[in-house]
Amino acid sequence: MIRIDSVTKRYPDGTVAVDRLSLEIPDRSITVLVGPSGCGKTTTLRMINRMVEPSEGTILIDGKDSRQQSVNTLRRSMGYVIQNAGLFQHRTIVDNIATVPRMLGWGKEKARARARELMERVGLDGSLAKRYPYQLSGGQQQRVGVARALAADPPVLLMDEPFSAVDPIVRKGLQDELLRIQDELGKTIVFVTHDIDEAVKIGTMVAVMRTGGKLAQYAPPAELLSNPADAFVEDFLGTDRGIRRLSFFPSAGLRLLTAPVVAVDATAEQIAARGTSEAPYLLVTDVDGRPLGWIEPGDLTAGGVDATRLVSYGRPFLAGTDSLRAALDCAVLSPTGWAVGVDAEGRVAGVVSQQAIGEAIRGAHAEGRTDAQVAR
Amino acid sequence: MNILNFINAFFSDSAHWQGYDGIPTRLGEHVQYTLEALAIAAAIGLPVGLVTGHYGRGGNALAFIAVAGRAVPTFGLLVLMTLSLGFGLINVMIPLVVLAVPPILVTSYEAMRSVDPAPVDAARGMGMHEVEVLFRVELPVALPLILGGLRSAAIQIVSTATIAAYVSLGGLGRYIVDGLYQRNYEKVVGGAALVALMALATLAVFWGITRLTVSRGVLRSN
Repeated sequence: MIRIDSVTKRYPDGTVAVDRLSLEIPDRSITVLVGPSGCGKTTTLRMINRMVEPSEGTILIDGKDSRQQSVNTLRRSMGYVIQNAGLFQHRTIVDNIATVPRMLGWGKEKARARARELMERVGLDGSLAKRYPYQLSGGQQQRVGVARALAADPPVLLMDEPFSAVDPIVRKGLQDELLRIQDELGKTIVFVTHDIDEAVKIGTMVAVMRTGGKLAQYAPPAELLSNPADAFVEDFLGTDRGIRRLSFFPSAGLRLLTAPVVAVDATAEQIAARGTSEAPYLLVTDVDGRPLGWIEPGDLTAGGVDATRLVSYGRPFLAGTDSLRAALDCAVLSPTGWAVGVDAEGRVAGVVSQQAIGEAIRGAHAEGRTDAQVAR
Repeated sequence: MNILNFINAFFSDSAHWQGYDGIPTRLGEHVQYTLEALAIAAAIGLPVGLVTGHYGRGGNALAFIAVAGRAVPTFGLLVLMTLSLGFGLINVMIPLVVLAVPPILVTSYEAMRSVDPAPVDAARGMGMHEVEVLFRVELPVALPLILGGLRSAAIQIVSTATIAAYVSLGGLGRYIVDGLYQRNYEKVVGGAALVALMALATLAVFWGITRLTVSRGVLRSN
């Protein structure tokens, strides 16, 4: 465990970057430091591997003062990932990744074999091994940066705004990849970002910092969204924190209706038997059960469907797996106001209305956020 | 054309290809002066430029030294040296080194300063010693610019080493100085042509060194 114990960083000109910060960073989890620029989050991260030396206070790593070991031994036990990756442009990808193992005295072949293994782990094609950094996209370079930090299998990973410089789609991919890698490796990760959405998405614990290097709140993301400590945190979380909080409620509790679902090859009797008073439309599926679109009950006849009469169903959500936020989003996007829940194969599991989702949200709030937090 | 005739006459005269005043001997001397002066200048300029560039300090002092070095009249310094020290190779080396140090010093400093700070930060963060950071991270990236500084220094030395002849030493300057004295313009032009060729050869040598020593990853990304 990393324990930051009333640490202050004061620069010679009197600026206080971090002010008596105390933080317990749990093992095998992602702790995110988030805040506006100038809040001292990067300084805090850099004090953990002593890229910046604290003016006061101590940082304990597994109970030992980080100043007890030499700076370079300490740093070699921690992976370090920075914005724009900071790759060595004169080295090939495989040699970039093999840097720390080589520094630790591994043989060239062993280090390269390890590097190739890591390329696979972070989702990089093996054919890129002999390329140089300039030949890679920003997202690929960042993956190399992560692989390089993981190369010597350090227990701790320090990440300083690693995904800030890539476009939103690539960033989402990198975040998902990081969560997947973390599931496999269980590192103690300290992650700095200025993006609260990123913090809420990947953090097990989130430390919100405010200008002047003070800790505003330290809590799991769901609690942060439901119980901001003060006006600063509330403001920093943004106006849609209620919607974002729904990400932490599973959609498993939703009551999915199957009555308005009808296959495209249904007979006249079957069509007549479908439908319910609750749903003004029928959802037509193909013979495999995949959604085609909504239709007015009167427009559907046996032996085929008039494609021009179909109304788009928007985007489906994964029933049970996706959160209430995803389900609500699908219902809002759907012209009929109904969301379509599908299983992993894309077959319709049932449909649910905005009203029903709204009831589920009220129910989830009433049951208390605690369940959702425990689930995380 | 007169000059071409001169060149043709100079190079086709077999007497110019042998003996202590033959082209191979004079060329050998010129190469020797050049390599010695360049080695001394690099031994002074490179370490100072690399270390100051690495730590990012002393840029103003370097700029001052460079301007001062460039302002020193090479020929005047040669005369001064000879008057105070008598004849000898050292009199030639000092002005040549004074001439060559500024470009080496300034470009190696600038080359180190222009290295992207992100990989340097990453290298320190992964626990590299400062010496490793300098030689394994900064130097390989700064190398093309550093070689560029050495190249300009080398070319300046090649063209200026002709002054050695004024103080009774050898080198290609011999042809120019003697030719002028003897009013043998064939010799003057021939010597000048050899100096020009050697400057071009220096360019080629540095091109080759750059191709051999600079990583493809650096050459292409700049």
